[in-house]
Amino acid sequence: MRVLAALSGGVDSSVTAALLQDQGHQVVGVTMKLWGGESDSGCCSVSDVEDARRAAAQLDVDHHVFNFGEEFEEHVIAPYVADHLAGRTPNPCVECNRRLKFDVLLRRAEMLGFDAVATGHHARVVTVADGTRRIGRGADTAKDQSYVLYPLTAIELERVLLPIGEMTKDVVRERAAALHLRTATKPDSQDVCFITRTDGRAAFLEQRAELHPGRIVDTDGTQVGTVSAVELVTIGQRRGLNLAGGSGRRFVVDVDVASATVTVGPPQHLLRDEVALDTMVWATEPVRGRVRVQCSAHGAASDALVDLQQDGRVIVRFDEPQRRVAAGQSVVLYQQMETVGPDGTPGIDEVVVGGGLAV
Amino acid sequence: MHPLADLDHAATTRLRPQVAEAMAPFGSVRYGNPSGSHRLARDAVRAVDDARERLAQVIGCEPGDVVFTSGGTEADNQAVTGGMPPRPGVPVCSAVEHHAVLDVVEALDGRTVAVDASGRVDLEALASLLDELGDRVSIVSVMLANNEVGTINDLSAVAAVIAAHEPEVPRVPLHTDAVQAAAWLDLRTTTEDAQMISLSAHKLGGPKGIGALVVRRPTTVRPLILGGGQERERRSGTLNVAGIVGFAAAMELADAEREATTLRVAALRDRLAAGLVSAVPGLVLTVGGGHPGVPSSGATATLPGACHVCVDGADSEALLFLLESDGVMASAGSSCASGAQEASHVLTAMGVPPHTARGALRLSLGRDSTSADVDLALRVVPSAVERVRAFS
Repeated sequence: MRVLAALSGGVDSSVTAALLQDQGHQVVGVTMKLWGGESDSGCCSVSDVEDARRAAAQLDVDHHVFNFGEEFEEHVIAPYVADHLAGRTPNPCVECNRRLKFDVLLRRAEMLGFDAVATGHHARVVTVADGTRRIGRGADTAKDQSYVLYPLTAIELERVLLPIGEMTKDVVRERAAALHLRTATKPDSQDVCFITRTDGRAAFLEQRAELHPGRIVDTDGTQVGTVSAVELVTIGQRRGLNLAGGSGRRFVVDVDVASATVTVGPPQHLLRDEVALDTMVWATEPVRGRVRVQCSAHGAASDALVDLQQDGRVIVRFDEPQRRVAAGQSVVLYQQMETVGPDGTPGIDEVVVGGGLAV
Repeated sequence: MHPLADLDHAATTRLRPQVAEAMAPFGSVRYGNPSGSHRLARDAVRAVDDARERLAQVIGCEPGDVVFTSGGTEADNQAVTGGMPPRPGVPVCSAVEHHAVLDVVEALDGRTVAVDASGRVDLEALASLLDELGDRVSIVSVMLANNEVGTINDLSAVAAVIAAHEPEVPRVPLHTDAVQAAAWLDLRTTTEDAQMISLSAHKLGGPKGIGALVVRRPTTVRPLILGGGQERERRSGTLNVAGIVGFAAAMELADAEREATTLRVAALRDRLAAGLVSAVPGLVLTVGGGHPGVPSSGATATLPGACHVCVDGADSEALLFLLESDGVMASAGSSCASGAQEASHVLTAMGVPPHTARGALRLSLGRDSTSADVDLALRVVPSAVERVRAFS
């Protein structure tokens, strides 16, 4: 196949290109330039483009750079800012996958005559019994990125390859070292690529919107502190609140941006029996019944029952109460499904069946 | 082997064999440092002096006016700043200058002058800006020909505007970036009214890494690079002898062949431009082609090798990829450090609407271009556009 490999300049995508070559594919590398601003979190900078270019050269793979800055601004940055201002939790990595890598890039790849797009995500594309495809968890469970790939439906997955999902990170690094790739020892990228570690979210948002000071109250309404920017407070947050009075651990249990009020309370106030989802994406058909639910990129999955409402909303009822999911946060549903390996071997895998945003 | 067509001669050109031959002894046999006093050094000095005189002939300046630099960018930086520390005052340039001028003007809090729809500097706008700035103007920089769209400026007319601004004591120098034009235009006539001229060898069959800033007396510049005081204290650093020799050889060849090359390449360019316009609906010539909402500029003088088009509803990046797959190497005009395509400030300044500028395609011909190159482009551009549009 002709495969367009998205090279970020990191070790995972470099090894992705190498694996595809070994599998006999015709590989072309592309680095998406998404962000022209400052970044120190290990993504999108000119030095990352250089790393990608050098890794491609080491593998004798042609390398191109596509500038998707406008699309990134429209589909990732603008919603990120809007979500914060509305008191919702943004999902920039999910949106980048949904809108950039597996939409803009996938369409571009098709336009340019490629059969598939490959990325260095730690997740697997598995084939289930009826022959359609799903996102399965990466072999390296600690690095599993299936959560951020949930918007990929069976249709897109026909043209997506995630070769390193079959490997642990250690094996990926060993492979890179064996190939003498200069990216072999590069640290993992972390955090949101357009937020610098040094200045953080506050500095980024202040440049683009007005942030508002707010009151912190406890669950009976007594003011116990203030915050400089209510838009930056997250449900479940515990640190950096400088609370007066009271004892015991207190967490943010509610944020109301409209009234600039943050409510703190003991951890049990954070627990919920269910979460409602909208903006659902299903891998194929909507799913009912028993599911495993993951509510954050690196959170553990829990058991739940999923129910479809008339209005298209989905209600997820947890078996055990779970920490409240902030509005706007992605919630991903998994099920165990029978799968068929490339050589026809049957297996059982936990795969993404759908996902949506917490209401 | 697929046929290949280099239609990116505005980016760079092939080192001409005669030039390579002229350069060959310098570095191996005649490897002296001209800043010395012994036999080897004297040999190198002689080669540099000789090259400087031959260049001055082609440029139409005094040999002592030629300051060798590492290339066009350095020459532009030195001209606009005036060296280190920068000349006091406000530098002024056209809005379509190469970044080597534009970014320096911006760094010095200078001002830019609008251009018309064809990319020519707006002389009335220049006059009123000079009036507004009064005696604070430090320099005016207007390129002889634009590197993206190929439009040629009339520097005598620009000089006249500056002269009218200070009729008594002429002080404000006119600088011109002639990097793109030097392969095609006779500098003796086109740049005679400019006090400073930036040149680069690799755009005209010479080696990379060598260029010059011409500074006509009585205009002066301070050095940007300090050290051994070479180039009459205007540019330190051991002279690039082989590069200088190659630069002179390339300029002389280009000058000698100018008329024949211009006629031949302009004919190829005209066939390419006409062929593209008739074969691709929604493709317009960027200069004089008439964009929706932008008044046509009529017959504007452009460089013979320049064929810049905008393709409606096609993204340059995708187009370039497909063209390359079919053997045509072109450009979209400007690339950033990462290699990604960026919106062109030139097209923006010309008033080309953003959605049209997205489909910018710079096909630039050169001395080496052939009829087969044009045939290949005419064969592959229409199908590439069709494919990009079909998938958009």
